[in-house]
Amino acid sequence: MLDFSPSALADLSPAEWTAIWLSLRIATVATIASLPFGIFTAYALARWRFPGKTIVNGIVHLPLVLPPVVTGFILLILLGRKGVFGAFLADIGIVLSFRWTGAAVACAVMGFPLMVRAMRLSFEAIDRRLELAAGTLGASRIWTFFLVSLPLAIPGIVVGAILAFAKALGEFGATITFVSNIPGETQTISAAIYTYTQVPGGDESAMRLTVVAIAIALVALIASEIIQRMAEKRVASIE
Amino acid sequence: MIEVDVRLTLGVFTLDVAFENGQGVTALFGQSGSGKSLTLGLIAGLMRPDQGYIKLDGEALVDVAQGVFVRMHRRRIGLVFQDSNLFPHLSVRQNLLFGRWFAPRGDREIDFDAVIETLGIGKLLSRPPARLSGGERQRVAIGRALLSSPKLLLFDEPLAALDMERKLEILPLIERLRDEFKVPMVYVSHAIEEVVRLAACIVVIEAGRVKAIGSPGEVFGAMATQSAEDRFDRSSVLTMKVCGANAAYGLTELKHPSGTVWLAGPAGPIGGEARIIINATNVVLSLQPPHNLSVRSVLSGSVEAVETSGPLATVEIALKGEGHLFAMATRHALDELGLERGSPVFALIKTSALDERKMGAVTRL
Repeated sequence: MLDFSPSALADLSPAEWTAIWLSLRIATVATIASLPFGIFTAYALARWRFPGKTIVNGIVHLPLVLPPVVTGFILLILLGRKGVFGAFLADIGIVLSFRWTGAAVACAVMGFPLMVRAMRLSFEAIDRRLELAAGTLGASRIWTFFLVSLPLAIPGIVVGAILAFAKALGEFGATITFVSNIPGETQTISAAIYTYTQVPGGDESAMRLTVVAIAIALVALIASEIIQRMAEKRVASIE
Repeated sequence: MIEVDVRLTLGVFTLDVAFENGQGVTALFGQSGSGKSLTLGLIAGLMRPDQGYIKLDGEALVDVAQGVFVRMHRRRIGLVFQDSNLFPHLSVRQNLLFGRWFAPRGDREIDFDAVIETLGIGKLLSRPPARLSGGERQRVAIGRALLSSPKLLLFDEPLAALDMERKLEILPLIERLRDEFKVPMVYVSHAIEEVVRLAACIVVIEAGRVKAIGSPGEVFGAMATQSAEDRFDRSSVLTMKVCGANAAYGLTELKHPSGTVWLAGPAGPIGGEARIIINATNVVLSLQPPHNLSVRSVLSGSVEAVETSGPLATVEIALKGEGHLFAMATRHALDELGLERGSPVFALIKTSALDERKMGAVTRL
């Protein structure tokens, strides 16, 4: 029978725990590692004018519309051991395919459009004159970015990071295509649930992991709500 | 010393202005869309001109021919916007210290406590900008710009977003800053009473071009004869001497070679100068000095020009001594009085029409 009680956690098998920890680790690493790139890309798209901006914007958003399996396969072509960049990375000792680090890369790529979208909106909402004011007060562009633009965009950055984290937890298609479904290395909660549903008697394990997935998602959402509210209070706009 | 000679085309609008001023406050005066804010933006370095140069104390901030363009954060020019643009994530104190932190150590000449004191913002320091009133916010914005120890302070319609009460509260503060901290200023406004009160030199900009440059008296005297899109806006600016006060009635006596004007309220120390703006609709003409009338402010002179428009006429009076005064009357009245060019005339001014906002007390020009 389905058991939603907290005591069900106690019944989690070591294999299930491994999947949970792996999922959290992959999602956290994917989110933190893509954060600087996401912030930079969002700011560039929001504030700069440069040739090929539409194309850059398109490429950033591609993982959102492509079938995840296609994205995973492209990653395999590019970053696989014999891939275009993968071969070079392998030479300097970085192997991504069939490793948890590769899963993190796949999750980061899949979450990137969501992250950039939220952050870009946040940067665009900043009154340009605040940045100009900083400039007339002697702040160079870089100082203006770190002292004015970035702090004011914090609510959007938090939302973007949470979205990317949630996406990473749920990522399945690109991950399984790029790094397969290796227990203890690349088998995340999603992949584990899928595996359990494919074997006789696995329903109970699948259900326990489902409860955990729901719990993690809820905690992430509530945390984001709280952080966002705190940040918004701090940067409350003057009207 | 600021020298400006720039051209910039934006779509169908062409800005082509040249002026220079050495001391005190330079006002850029004109209608909205005339290009005065654009000129300010060029001085601050928010954009580049197509041609020309802007020099501050002989140093080029931008010189297109020489390929010089100093980035805005290196110009050391403070800018006070119409809406204060305080950083919402920083406290008032952090806002005030923002520009100071970027100023080179040796150039932090403006004393923090003195600015706080003058602007009366000592109690606000720990507050976030969201918890300030409009007037307080603008005072903090002025302090923030001033504390960056700028070589030049720019004001872009700093009072336009405030109500009359707040304007009357902040205008004297800007006067005090001008006198106490000796930072040269360029002040953009379309409000005649602000520029008359603050500026030593007024640059009138119309449709992207300089139409007149000079002292308030010169500029507004000349302007009224040239254009009158709105005849009810036609005003004269007179510089008068503060002669005495009638404390019992709360009046100030202002003297001009052509007569006396009484002002309701104070107008600075006795012996100083005050500028007043007199709207043409508040002037009554008489062939004799008034008897049995409530009017106490009378200036004498002779009719220099009459300009009619429909049933109304604007009369330009050359006052005894110096200065010109405009008066509105009906054509009918002028004909009955037989007023024409050269006629001696008395101009009667309602003291109650000279309210504080139309009055500029300028004591240290």
